[in-house]
Amino acid sequence: MKPDPADTAISFRQVSYRVDNGNGILHELNLEVCRGETLVLLGRSGSGKTTTLKLINRLLTPSAGEILVDGRPLGEWDVIRLRRMIGYVIQEVGLFPHFTVERNIALVPKIEKWPAARIQARVQELLQLVGLDPQLARRYPRELSGGQRQRVGVARALAADPSFLLMDEPFGALDPLTRAELQREFLDLQKRLRKTVVFVTHDLREALLFGTRIALMEAGRLITIQPRDEFLASRDPLVVAYREAFDTNFDAQGGPG
Amino acid sequence: MNVWQFMSQNHAEVLELTLEHLWLVGVSTLLAVLIGIPLGILITRWPRLNKPVLGGANVIQTIPSLALFGFLLPAPWIGARADRLAILALTLYALLPLIRNTYAGIKGVDPAVVEAGRGMGLTDRQLLLQVELPLALGVIIAGIRVATVISVGLATIAAAIGAGGLGEYIFRGLAMVNNSVILAGAIPAAGMALLADVGLGWVERKLSPH
Ligand SMILES: Nc1ncnc2c1ncn2[C@@H]1O[C@H](COP(=O)(O)OP(=O)(O)OP(=O)(O)O)[C@@H](O)[C@H]1O
Ligand SMILES: [Mg+2]
Repeated sequence: MKPDPADTAISFRQVSYRVDNGNGILHELNLEVCRGETLVLLGRSGSGKTTTLKLINRLLTPSAGEILVDGRPLGEWDVIRLRRMIGYVIQEVGLFPHFTVERNIALVPKIEKWPAARIQARVQELLQLVGLDPQLARRYPRELSGGQRQRVGVARALAADPSFLLMDEPFGALDPLTRAELQREFLDLQKRLRKTVVFVTHDLREALLFGTRIALMEAGRLITIQPRDEFLASRDPLVVAYREAFDTNFDAQGGPG
Repeated sequence: MNVWQFMSQNHAEVLELTLEHLWLVGVSTLLAVLIGIPLGILITRWPRLNKPVLGGANVIQTIPSLALFGFLLPAPWIGARADRLAILALTLYALLPLIRNTYAGIKGVDPAVVEAGRGMGLTDRQLLLQVELPLALGVIIAGIRVATVISVGLATIAAAIGAGGLGEYIFRGLAMVNNSVILAGAIPAAGMALLADVGLGWVERKLSPH
């Protein structure tokens, strides 16, 4: 099943990425992200998920091939404008340690010269959206728990209301309860905001929860990209292996399988 | 006559030499800050300049101070007055800690933070002014502190070429074999170094990011 080209928000055409010493990290990637969908990049550690995300907002440049955003090749975009319309939640969170929560969230709106009152209202709105107590606005990142920081990271990415979101394991390294809570909140959020999201995870459950489509990556290659339900039924050996790994996990933990 | 008696009898001269010393150190450190910090920033942007710039500053540091004063003597305008010469030499010496600390401070910023800044569409200038420099400030101030303390000591040698400062007493005392006179130069200089160290150390702690 191919998405309608008119609805394509991001497309990769034969994209490869090599590091300077010649090692290939991504090999001839072809994929399309439709407007308003949440495409999940699923794959084990080192499979090239983060690299794929960074190619979209031009933190990295492809060694070969072409990437289009809104039908225009990335090279034609003004890189600053491009990045401002793509919210990016990085894997390591990367909050500005010298700014309060409020200033962290407000940085891009401030640079875009929003009026102060509007910025303030936006910060409050976002804190609420990601389920944080508004009183935390005055705190510094070091005064927050890991989960609270990740929420601030999500709020910061949403601040200037970008039409795209790149999320790199935004709920990683959390205890299962907090993680489930954040996942539920994000699911709600996505239903309301309808952004074009590329979501990276190595957790099959998370992929099934969010993904309208799921792309499975392995060793820098795209193995398969399928709608959620077809992915669940897929006979691809790697997909099967993935499902089994998670099933085994359930059994091993004695949890619901 | 002990050092305290000597200093109180000559308090006007002590004050004058101290002010001269402060002038030499102050102006040279200021110049080094104005040159060194931009150079430090530059080599984070142009890694190819890294080796020549840091290498050059390093080589300057290895030149014995008296020799450096000598080398600079034939320079036009600069060589014409001893205090200009001394200020130039002191500036050159102060460059290395400033360039090195600015570079290290910026390079030491958590890469995830820089990536987040870039990823959200900060321009290079915004990234530098809002993220990198504020986060590197503590390390940069530490560089200023080291440069100032070294400079206070080195500036005593400037008296050898007639640039004044507290070194006058040290050289005069050496010639007269009079410890009181030597100490009248050394004690205020040591006090100045100590004050600079403590004062800038305080600023460093105040401005260090959380
Ligand atoms: N700057 C770099 N230089 C050399 N190799 C790199 C560089 N960045 C990434 N790699 C390599 O590229 C591969 C893919 O990295 P990437 O960060 O995209 O993986 P990932 O799928 O995001 O993994 P994880 O789930 O652990 O975050 C890895 O093997 C990694 O070691
Ligand atoms: Mg990654």
